[in-house]
Amino acid sequence: MISYAARRFLGALPTLFIIVTLAFFMMRLAPGGPFDTQRRLPPEIERNVEAAYNLDKPLYQQYALYLGRLAHLDFGPSFKNKDFTVTQLIAEGLPVSARLAAAAIALAIAFGVSLGVTAALNQNRWSDHSTMTLAMMGITIPTFVTAPILTLIFGVYGVRIFGADITLPVAGWEGGAIKNMILPVIVLALPQIAIIARLVRGSTIEVLHSNYVRTARAKGLPSHSIILRHVLRAALMPLVSYLGPAIAGLLTGSLIVEQIFGIPGIGRYFVQGAINRDYTLVMGVLIYYAAFIILLNLLADILYAVLDPRVRLR
Amino acid sequence: MSAAEADVVTRFVEIEGRSLWSDARRRLLRNRATVISLIVLTVIALMALFAPDLSRYAYDDQDYNVVSCAPDWWPDRHAGCYAGGSHWFGTDSVGRDLFVRVLYGARVSLSVGLIATIVSLLIGVIYGATAGYLGGRIDAMMMRFVDVLYSIPYIFLVIILMTIFDRNFFLLFVAIGAVEWLTMARIVRGQTLSIKHKEFIEAARASGVSTFDIIRRHVIPNVFGPVVVYVTLTVPSAILAESFLSFLGLGIQEPLTSWGVLIADGKDQMATAPWLLIFPAAFMSITLLSFNFIGDGLRDALDPKDR
Repeated sequence: MISYAARRFLGALPTLFIIVTLAFFMMRLAPGGPFDTQRRLPPEIERNVEAAYNLDKPLYQQYALYLGRLAHLDFGPSFKNKDFTVTQLIAEGLPVSARLAAAAIALAIAFGVSLGVTAALNQNRWSDHSTMTLAMMGITIPTFVTAPILTLIFGVYGVRIFGADITLPVAGWEGGAIKNMILPVIVLALPQIAIIARLVRGSTIEVLHSNYVRTARAKGLPSHSIILRHVLRAALMPLVSYLGPAIAGLLTGSLIVEQIFGIPGIGRYFVQGAINRDYTLVMGVLIYYAAFIILLNLLADILYAVLDPRVRLR
Repeated sequence: MSAAEADVVTRFVEIEGRSLWSDARRRLLRNRATVISLIVLTVIALMALFAPDLSRYAYDDQDYNVVSCAPDWWPDRHAGCYAGGSHWFGTDSVGRDLFVRVLYGARVSLSVGLIATIVSLLIGVIYGATAGYLGGRIDAMMMRFVDVLYSIPYIFLVIILMTIFDRNFFLLFVAIGAVEWLTMARIVRGQTLSIKHKEFIEAARASGVSTFDIIRRHVIPNVFGPVVVYVTLTVPSAILAESFLSFLGLGIQEPLTSWGVLIADGKDQMATAPWLLIFPAAFMSITLLSFNFIGDGLRDALDPKDR
């Protein structure tokens, strides 16, 4: 087990290395230097600035320097946010983005699993068909449509339930107040709820047809204990391998959600960095996210093996 | 043999063999969601194609007398102003007709979907078939590269490409296609590998069918099915990617428009002029849903396991 984990971890390093290399050379391909301004600097100053950022050295040396700094998790200075390093910006946005993502994934698993199992138990009845049609809509309708429309309904028009006004704030973070998190988390979770519901429905139906479930029925176990103790355990396995893609989906969604709701997370820095051509920031976030996803996929594989004794690790 | 038995025999003989494709078509047309989606998509595509003839207004005509005005039939009688005339969807913040702009958005979105899908199909099929056919070391290396790219959320890659290429209209299409080919390559490779050694291929070879006929009658139909299904799913995801970028301000630039741009504009004014958000969002959602329903229907129709 441990040797498998170690080997997988080492196997992930070349992947990360290729991504870093791609990122570095794409950054250099980009037209225009970071310090191109409207006003031309005197050549001596320009030379000094370039020397300060090692831009005067040959490309292979710059590449080596970049790799060396990355080893210390140093992504370099942000080109546009003066006085900030990329690492500082990521550290600032990370807790915010992580809180959103954690809440969204928890919501997605809770709702996705219960919807999926319910649909599977009612296979081909109308409740199954309507759940799956809704799930299809959840998958197709993009975040940047659901976010404004939910804002319009719950934020702008406001909704009254039993006379209580539950108008939600449409933007802002306020240090992570619950009422500020509700809309962004729902918007982030919706597509994941839909995907998980479809996934769980499929695997539950498969498990329900398996022999050991028939045996459990035949020996007269009550159906709730069959579902909770025998079906669910096997049916939720695909969910474990979906963990990595789910997080990737959440990160993509967070680009939109953080932009729309004005939340100071990593996604917003990334988009702003792309618009302002802050290459170091953009590449830093990319490398950071890629490493994160690789790590998560690794964890998911190991977790899968721990949970499913049929999987042999070699 | 009794008369009844003879009848059964003749009836049995009279049954015509159905080809894979007529079988698939029959199943596809029985799927209500797919047929409705096909009709809806055709209508939207025709409207996009004939957009200039469908409205009195050009997509960049501005009329400062009707700025952010509701269409005449708008149910909310408290809208600031009513556009009148042939502004069926109302007007935007600089007095342009929303109806014709939604259709022009459809033009951009549908062509992005088409071009990006063709790009991804070309790269994916060639790459996947090569890897699957050559096998061994080369296959392992080629697929390893795909895995590497897989670990980056692809929209980040497109955003970076757009940053570097400075929002070039055509390169946007190519950039989206260039990151959508990964799954296609995996599917084609997997199919090629699994088909190569199947018994029915061996049986065909043993009974003397020529290589060309084996490829045409057995390999291509089997690789083709999943690829067609995936193509119908790539189109909406390319449309989505373009709108995503345009929404963030990294895609199509004014006065040209796409659904993403229109939705972004609509979002900014949704409190006072909700029609600016609702119409483009509805058109886009319906289009994406239709493509997905067609993809699902095709998968059910082409999947031989289901028979």
